[in-house]
Amino acid sequence: MTTNVLWLQSAGCGGCTMSLLCAEDPNVFDLLEGAGIRMLWHPALSRETGAEARAILDAILAGTERLDVLCVEGSITRGPKGTGRYHILSGTGAPMLDWVRRLAHVARHVVAVGSCAAFGGVTSAGGNPSDAVGLQYEGTHPGGALPASFRAASGLPVINVAGCPTHPDWVTETLLMLADDSLTAASLDGYNRPRFYADHLVHHACPKNEFYEYKASARALSEMGCMMENLGCVGTQAVGDCNIRPWNGDGSCTRGGYPCINCTAPEFEEPRHAFTETPKIAGIPVGLPSDMPKAWFMALASLSKAATPPRIASNATADRIRVPPTLRKPKA
Amino acid sequence: MSELLVGPFNRVEGDLEIRLQTDAGRVKAAYVNSPLFRGFEMMLLGKDPRDALTLTPRICGICSISQSAAAARALAAAQGITPTPEGARTAAIIHAVENLSDHLTHFNLFFMCDFTRPVYASHAWHPRAVQRFTAMQGSAVRQAVEARAALMHILGLLAGKWPHTLAIQPGGVTKSPTQRDKLRIEVSLRAFRRYLEEVLFGAPVEAFAALATPADLARWTSGDAGLFLEIAADLGLASMGKGAGRYMSFGAYALPDGPAFAAGLWDGTLRPLDTTAIREDISHAWMLGGPAHPFAGTTDPDEDMRPAAYSWCKAPRLAGQTVETGALARQVIDGHPLARALATDGGVLARVTGRLLEIARIQLLLEDLTRALRPEERFMAQGKPAIDGQGEGLVEAARGALGHWIRIEKGRIAGYQIIAPTTWNFSPRDANGIPGPVEAALEGAEVRDGETEPVAVQHIVRSFDPCMVCTVH
Repeated sequence: MTTNVLWLQSAGCGGCTMSLLCAEDPNVFDLLEGAGIRMLWHPALSRETGAEARAILDAILAGTERLDVLCVEGSITRGPKGTGRYHILSGTGAPMLDWVRRLAHVARHVVAVGSCAAFGGVTSAGGNPSDAVGLQYEGTHPGGALPASFRAASGLPVINVAGCPTHPDWVTETLLMLADDSLTAASLDGYNRPRFYADHLVHHACPKNEFYEYKASARALSEMGCMMENLGCVGTQAVGDCNIRPWNGDGSCTRGGYPCINCTAPEFEEPRHAFTETPKIAGIPVGLPSDMPKAWFMALASLSKAATPPRIASNATADRIRVPPTLRKPKA
Repeated sequence: MSELLVGPFNRVEGDLEIRLQTDAGRVKAAYVNSPLFRGFEMMLLGKDPRDALTLTPRICGICSISQSAAAARALAAAQGITPTPEGARTAAIIHAVENLSDHLTHFNLFFMCDFTRPVYASHAWHPRAVQRFTAMQGSAVRQAVEARAALMHILGLLAGKWPHTLAIQPGGVTKSPTQRDKLRIEVSLRAFRRYLEEVLFGAPVEAFAALATPADLARWTSGDAGLFLEIAADLGLASMGKGAGRYMSFGAYALPDGPAFAAGLWDGTLRPLDTTAIREDISHAWMLGGPAHPFAGTTDPDEDMRPAAYSWCKAPRLAGQTVETGALARQVIDGHPLARALATDGGVLARVTGRLLEIARIQLLLEDLTRALRPEERFMAQGKPAIDGQGEGLVEAARGALGHWIRIEKGRIAGYQIIAPTTWNFSPRDANGIPGPVEAALEGAEVRDGETEPVAVQHIVRSFDPCMVCTVH
């Protein structure tokens, strides 16, 4: 049994598709084909253009082509003046807003690929010039291009594979689970993100964990220390398995020396401070690690800071390891 | 005279719609519409200037690093800071990997697929094109995504991830690579060279980079490049979609001794680049205001989408003229003999060859840059953010000249204008009625009987490798 996927690119950057092409072991095309996942149409990958592509959309709406999964990448523009005409699906004269609403109602599953499609994301940053929203969320608020009550034919709400961009495996594994019929309501977190990656924090397996333990902090980008205290890193609050299952081989934001900006979360695009600077009140950083009682955090932080070994303190403000771990003397 | 509306025009990055007026089997006039507006330049106003490094890469998922490099250079200019030499070299490596990867994606996934169409079934090369380049299934398509994903391990190492890295900063890069990292990058580059030499070129990278004349090029038969050249000769792609022969490059990969590929303007003669002569015309864009240099320009969308306009894209002009930008332009301006020889016609063959040449030359450049990397040096200079000032950030994305112009007042962004490569190439008409480069290149294209999306139009449009999400941003 094949699983038919239609992929639309709405008001976003296309980066989630570009990231998807980075899937490895096997490559994305072998992976999808092997699982019986067939792209009815993908704007970046399919041959069909113009009338050929419109015919595919028409066949889906007419019910002559079965739509198992509607994937939407990019947020949905509602402007100007509520018309949705900041994004016309080219060649059709109709706003993407209308296309998405119509297609969502004939799809067995609807997947929002990336934080734009899930919550509005970067397209809704600043004053949100195009009045962009997510498929089923407007930031943290339920209800977007589709109402909060929307359920696809499967009975599930829009599945929010949030991330900016998405890790290729987050998308492929969601599709694999849908093809396998193993994704249920219990597989989704409170923002309808797949729990297989959203049950983890970016902090998990972050290579800066030893610095974090002692609150040995980097003062500026390019220093090796923990970036939570000064540089805006929210990896202790952000969901994602970015450091457990790295990106492009061995990478992640924190491994690349820059802070986690919580790109899997609604409204990450407006942190209300500079992305790379931690807001502080009376010198104390605002924002606690997830599930950490404040008093305990303060107590442990001040204790661990006082106990910071010289090696860790020195390396935290260097751009490379200056002091190696001390070798233990062999037991006599 | 009849009219065709081609859309969704896919296998380009983002949304594109083209309206064609046709007569007697030819395109008489073309109107290019970028049908998506998001408003990044408006979002940035009032923000901390450093936030441009997080937000502008997200304009585009395929030119993400180009956007971040342009933002970093604009900020560096505004605050008067220069990256450390090793920081500049590493940023160049990061940027070059993205451009190399983009050229590969374009050739294998976006461009070659059109030769698998049934309209070409009677041509001798058609079965090979189908076997190699069928969408999502062709053997070349699969080899290309695997080689690309492996190449991107360099970005995992140096930039954390791709797309959307914050690794490139005004003073350099956030991660200082170690000797081990340097060796791993060389391993990835050797693997990519093997792919190029076994699959794309079927011969040493140096041999393709050394092609000097169109006659040399015509004799190239190996690899997928050879298949393309066979198809190009059969279909006459050299004379299809000719450009105006005016090329612009901002200069690629800023290194301590200047750009690796030169900046300039070419119209048969090499001329210096003067960005003060840039104006963005909005006569046919759904924008309010008047023509302006990007330091003075604004972005104010016309919510009524007045009928006299037909695109969200502004029309940038250099000293009142259209210019073409991209890999061909870069190689012409850098003085590559084959690119110079192809510059006059500047059609589909020339543009695609410009990209293939650049694939070979970037591979060689990356090997040189990596070999020269000195892990013991500093990779980032620290500086204070600018409180007041302005800066111009000029880089070369895969698709051509990309500029960011920032104005900072009281520590906040007071103006931010971006002109992307496809803004130049896919601009609408200006106040003088002069069509943009791709609109002009489409005039005269063949329209076969019964074609609703003429295949010649597809070759011409995709030969520019448009990135529509960058275009309007």
